[in-house]
Amino acid sequence: MYQYDQYDQTIVDERVAQFRDQTQRYLKGELSEDEYRVLRLMNGLYVQRHAPMLRVAIPYGLLSSEQLRMLALIARKYDKNYGHFSTRQNIQYNWPKLETVPDILADLASVQMHAIQTSGNCIRNTSSDHLAGVAKDEIEDPRPYCEIIRQWSTLHPEFSFLPRKFKIAVSGARNDRAAVSVHDIGLYLVEGANGNVGFRVLAGGGLGRTPYIGTVIREYLDKKDLLSYLEAILHVYNRFGRRDNIYKARIKILVNSLGAEKFTKLVEEEWQRLREGALLLEQKEIDRVRAYFQAPEYEDNAHHDDSFAEKLETNKDFAAWVKRNVHDHKMPGYRAVFVSLKSRNLAPGDATDEQMDAIADIAEKFSFSQIVVTHDQNLVLNNVKQADLFMVWQALSAEDLATPNIGLLTDMICCPGLDFCSLANAGSIPIAKQINDKFDDMDYLHDIGEIKVKMSGCMNACGHHHVGHIGILGVSKKGEEYYQLTLGGTAENEASLGDRLGPAVEKSKVADTIGKILNVYIELRQEDEKFLETYKRVGIEPFKDHIYPKKQVKEKELAHASH
Amino acid sequence: MRVIKDNKVIDDNWQIVEGSAIESGLPAGDVILPFSVWQSNREAILSWNDRKLGLLINGEHDIDDLAGDLDHFNIIAIEFPAFKDGRGYSQARILRDHYDYSGDLRAVGDVLRDQLYFMQRCGISSFLIKEEKDIEDAIRGFSDFSVKYQTAADGAEPLYKQR
Ligand code: SF4
Repeated sequence: MYQYDQYDQTIVDERVAQFRDQTQRYLKGELSEDEYRVLRLMNGLYVQRHAPMLRVAIPYGLLSSEQLRMLALIARKYDKNYGHFSTRQNIQYNWPKLETVPDILADLASVQMHAIQTSGNCIRNTSSDHLAGVAKDEIEDPRPYCEIIRQWSTLHPEFSFLPRKFKIAVSGARNDRAAVSVHDIGLYLVEGANGNVGFRVLAGGGLGRTPYIGTVIREYLDKKDLLSYLEAILHVYNRFGRRDNIYKARIKILVNSLGAEKFTKLVEEEWQRLREGALLLEQKEIDRVRAYFQAPEYEDNAHHDDSFAEKLETNKDFAAWVKRNVHDHKMPGYRAVFVSLKSRNLAPGDATDEQMDAIADIAEKFSFSQIVVTHDQNLVLNNVKQADLFMVWQALSAEDLATPNIGLLTDMICCPGLDFCSLANAGSIPIAKQINDKFDDMDYLHDIGEIKVKMSGCMNACGHHHVGHIGILGVSKKGEEYYQLTLGGTAENEASLGDRLGPAVEKSKVADTIGKILNVYIELRQEDEKFLETYKRVGIEPFKDHIYPKKQVKEKELAHASH
Repeated sequence: MRVIKDNKVIDDNWQIVEGSAIESGLPAGDVILPFSVWQSNREAILSWNDRKLGLLINGEHDIDDLAGDLDHFNIIAIEFPAFKDGRGYSQARILRDHYDYSGDLRAVGDVLRDQLYFMQRCGISSFLIKEEKDIEDAIRGFSDFSVKYQTAADGAEPLYKQR
């Protein structure tokens, strides 16, 4: 993985000093609430319901064991012994004290980490494929480009006060595991007509209150033009993006109000001004950064091993875990292991300090000391030998990290919601618990198979509900928590936004309603059809009919009419 | 006005005048005129030859409209109505990078210590600090960072070229 040199280290160290000074000036009254707010947000510090919340950047989700141990230490030293991994592949702490945040940042800097631009109206952490570097379907490893983008965007003088936050994602695989098309800018590494690899560029994707799938604005971009093209897009957005209405300030609104064609024209014109200048990305730099992401020293004969097959035969629980939580790898004899942060004993995405320490140790012993955060709020050990899987499973099980539910119903995405977030309309974590309580039969969950449930506590859609196979959105009706369900969304290839099922349901009925949805699926599915496939084939009607029988709807309409 | 320039606090003769001043009578000395005043009185203003001219713009204005006129101005003041409004950074870069504007570029409005480093990198060369703030203290804002990753209007090479 990427290693800081003296320059990178100087920047994070100077950032710590700057923020320490800003915090002191604020505490002394020299900076107003409003002035400090913008500065602290650029360091990922929010003021939430109970306490400040600090979001720490995990660039493209990649951590070393040493870094994960530091995250555990921070949870212990400054927080209540846990952290929350977010859909942005970052980690959030819910209980730090404001005065201690400069110290936390200093501790982070000691392991080449920071919280720069994890919030605020600036370019955020670039996210990527959690199987980058090991996936079989990869065209090229996207992480070097994420790192190049990270450096270019860090403290960018022109783009630190954008109309709104700005998120970039890069995928290098044929299957999109990074939700690229719902980012402000999405980049796919693709093979061009000339046989070289370059980027397909999307702009204007995003969730939130007006969700859009991004538009392709350039089919092919040479790598050398990456930074000039990004700069051109950002420049157009910074100039013309709306600033009068926070709900209309994202680039997706600009792209759609100008029309993709006009928007693209502005970008291309600006790009012509920029492309030959200092932004031209030299091959030398691409090679330099790529060298950090070289494959580890795999053992050539790792697949010459019978113990794995034998254990699969003899241990049913292990086999169930392998089936759900272990993924193919480009190297024979190696696998990528998902560490489930969706046990029923913790909120989705949470990990305790002890768990983090344990995972760091397991990664050090079995996976070249690397850990990846997924945007589904799990972790991945991306280079485990098949002969070691059994030991890894045992070690993870001992820490409640081996629930065999990756991709299943209980592997939900869930935002912090009403329990922590001051913007929330409704709780998410209690709904996750309700779902876990109702669906506690593993055989049933395995029978249902792959299904993505995504849940947000408000329109901001941090839980990506629009692109859940089942999406759950918390709304508030006369002060009561209600939940709006959508079906059929997906952020993968052929991305689509979910369709509304019907009126929002009350809090106590969410899991039951999901049960009914699943009944319809079970009844209608053909052979091995997955939930999303069945949905795409039959559409929303059968689900509507079952969950909101006509009679009931009629009565409701009548009741409305008579008011 | 009392501004920061070249890392020092200086006093200069520039004064920003109201749009109505053109009828009610301009003060003596060098004036910075609002964009709208310039636009509607261009010919008349060009016939003045007793004073230096400056122009006040904000994020709404399109620099391309000014392309042929930039040489008339010794100074262009960019207004930051709120420090969160970052359009001025792009305006400055268009002036410096695209039009090679070489006069003084002055940030006015909600201009605060913690934005100066970014402003300077975008080519802004003088700074009218918000009234109630300590102008001497603000100077420290320029030295927040000694390393720059990316190129900007300050002519910095991308960092990787040093590596
Ligand atoms: S979706 Fe809403 S409630 Fe959930 S974390 Fe985001 S802002 Fe908070």
